[in-house]
Amino acid sequence: MSETPLTATAADPRADGSATPPPLLEVRGVTKSFGHGRRRLTALDGVDVRVERGETLGLVGESGCGKSTLARVVLGLERPDSGTVRFDGTDPFTLKGKELPAWRRRVQMVFQDPFASLNARMSAADLIGEPWRTHRDIVPTAPARERRVRELLSLVGLRESDAHRYPNEFSGGQRQRIGIARALALDPDLIVCDEPVSALDLSVQAQVLNVLSELRERLGVSYVFISHDLSVVRHVSDRVTVMYLGKVIEHGPTEDVFDRPLHPYTAALMSAAPTLDVSGRERDEEIQLRGEIPSPYDIPSGCRFRTRCWKSEARCAEVAPPVVVRDGTADTGQEPHEGLCHFPLGTGPMEA
Amino acid sequence: MKSSTLPSPAKTGGPALEVEGLCVDLRTPSGTVRAVDGVGFSVRKGRTLALLGESGCGKSMTALSIAGLLDPTAEVTGGSVKVAGTDVLRLGRAGRRKLAGPVLSIVFQDALTALNPVQPVGRQLAEPFRIHRGLSRRDAREKAVELMTRVGIPEPRLRARAYPHQFSGGMRQRLLIAMAVALDPDVLIADEPTTALDVTVQAQIMRLLRDLQTERDMALVLITHDLAVVAQRADDVVVMYAGNVVETGPVAEVFSRPRHPYTKGLLDSVPEHAVRGRPLPAVPGSPPELSAVPSGCVFQARCPLAGQRCAGERPPLLSVGAARSAACHFSEELDRV
Repeated sequence: MSETPLTATAADPRADGSATPPPLLEVRGVTKSFGHGRRRLTALDGVDVRVERGETLGLVGESGCGKSTLARVVLGLERPDSGTVRFDGTDPFTLKGKELPAWRRRVQMVFQDPFASLNARMSAADLIGEPWRTHRDIVPTAPARERRVRELLSLVGLRESDAHRYPNEFSGGQRQRIGIARALALDPDLIVCDEPVSALDLSVQAQVLNVLSELRERLGVSYVFISHDLSVVRHVSDRVTVMYLGKVIEHGPTEDVFDRPLHPYTAALMSAAPTLDVSGRERDEEIQLRGEIPSPYDIPSGCRFRTRCWKSEARCAEVAPPVVVRDGTADTGQEPHEGLCHFPLGTGPMEA
Repeated sequence: MKSSTLPSPAKTGGPALEVEGLCVDLRTPSGTVRAVDGVGFSVRKGRTLALLGESGCGKSMTALSIAGLLDPTAEVTGGSVKVAGTDVLRLGRAGRRKLAGPVLSIVFQDALTALNPVQPVGRQLAEPFRIHRGLSRRDAREKAVELMTRVGIPEPRLRARAYPHQFSGGMRQRLLIAMAVALDPDVLIADEPTTALDVTVQAQIMRLLRDLQTERDMALVLITHDLAVVAQRADDVVVMYAGNVVETGPVAEVFSRPRHPYTKGLLDSVPEHAVRGRPLPAVPGSPPELSAVPSGCVFQARCPLAGQRCAGERPPLLSVGAARSAACHFSEELDRV
């Protein structure tokens, strides 16, 4: 992180001597289930996630893995059954009165589909300025609002003259820029991006990804970046968290997770994703998983991935897998790379 | 292996599907626009050709015209589509229907809307055998169960009685594929067959398609916007932009040395090739509206090489090497960009 965000809270070194401020976002042991009685769907099962200031966390997993529920918990839209959420050291679910909107301002969202998420009857300026109708004191006066809309438009690469145009006059990429400008209107510290480029044309995806990373540099904003596109996640993320059926099964620095995955599921995901490499066609080493994701109503015992895993043995059905930490990286002080598996991959001599 | 009752000249060699100068016009409230403008390509049996392009480039429209499934607001205004030697555009409804299934068939993107929601899947799978082969109910049902086994649906006899909504997305896609290959077509068109699926399931479906293709020696036309799918699964590629073919050739060559700035721009903008933390080399702007396609080169507004000539004169699709062609006035200069 190179500079402090515009609205940074003072990073106060705490009295007990530890100089590091708490992480921007820390989710610990969060569990969330829906339904009642026997028909209970466990969407999140003891999930830990951390996002530092100015950092991008990539969140990867297939449909039904719980990544969207996690996003909703982070945004304060869903109260966890158990576990804790700490945003800049405070639990947003304990906030009352004026503290609540003050916190909400700091966490914003960019949605997947810019065709569905913008009100067709509002101009770009109205869309971008709408959050100020709730959060009145951010940009208090009309002239200031007008000025700020223009600033935000140019920040996301649109023209000032675009302010009075309506969504149907914009292309998909431009609409997504409006969605980003709208998220930025409240000077957030964290933006949750849920598949922000999946609905866009390929040639436009790169433009929007560039806007997002530029904003991070300029404003120091952090992202939780949810995507099924692994090459996109690899490009934008500092760290990656992989989820499967409501559990984090692996997390660590992007390079480590992508280049030396610990969990068989992560490895399968990487190998299943087609690459542009024309020389590596018909890869025989491709890992082919059996079957599909089991129903979240009926999660397998022990390791939840065992029903599709080629390494699974009796133990996987009986005992929940342990946390495996790989400390192979030479540079110390490095972020740990952890996986949840009885038979982790590439752990060298330990494998015996 | 083949048990088709129709004679199929394509088995004697030559392309199984040959499209030439295909033009499709689309009626919109603001006038007629050209959605497909002189598209041509050919595929031999056992080969996979990818139609690559972004939304609105005309790739699905091309597929639907080949299959004779265009929306009433769209109309084929020129060109020919030869399947097994006959121009299907000149056939009447009855003639086309005879081809649909045993000669040419299509797998759609959205399996949930392509299947009949109120009929058990076994009955839907048995239908082609009843209609085209005149099998009895019982025999057709046996065939359907066989097919379900072949495409990897567990407990097929039991599942044949289930309805589409009782299957997962991946399983539904398998059912659609089963239905498409039921009568051993010569040409199979797959329109974004894996777009709605998760990556691990996507890989399973692509592998199933490939296995069936080899096993039945079909020509496969893969319609996709996914460069990586093309890189991994296709032999040849046709790159489309704003209704036009801008480049064609063998995938390995086109991807390692593109001859059209659009192809190059697409390949460069994929994060896979980029350095982390650096901006991606993005193609500026966005594709033109069909009503506002420029008269010269279709890509000129976004092209780094565009010059005077590009505004006035649409570049023809010309040969740029063995089995390769590109529609660019400056394709020779592309390496210097």
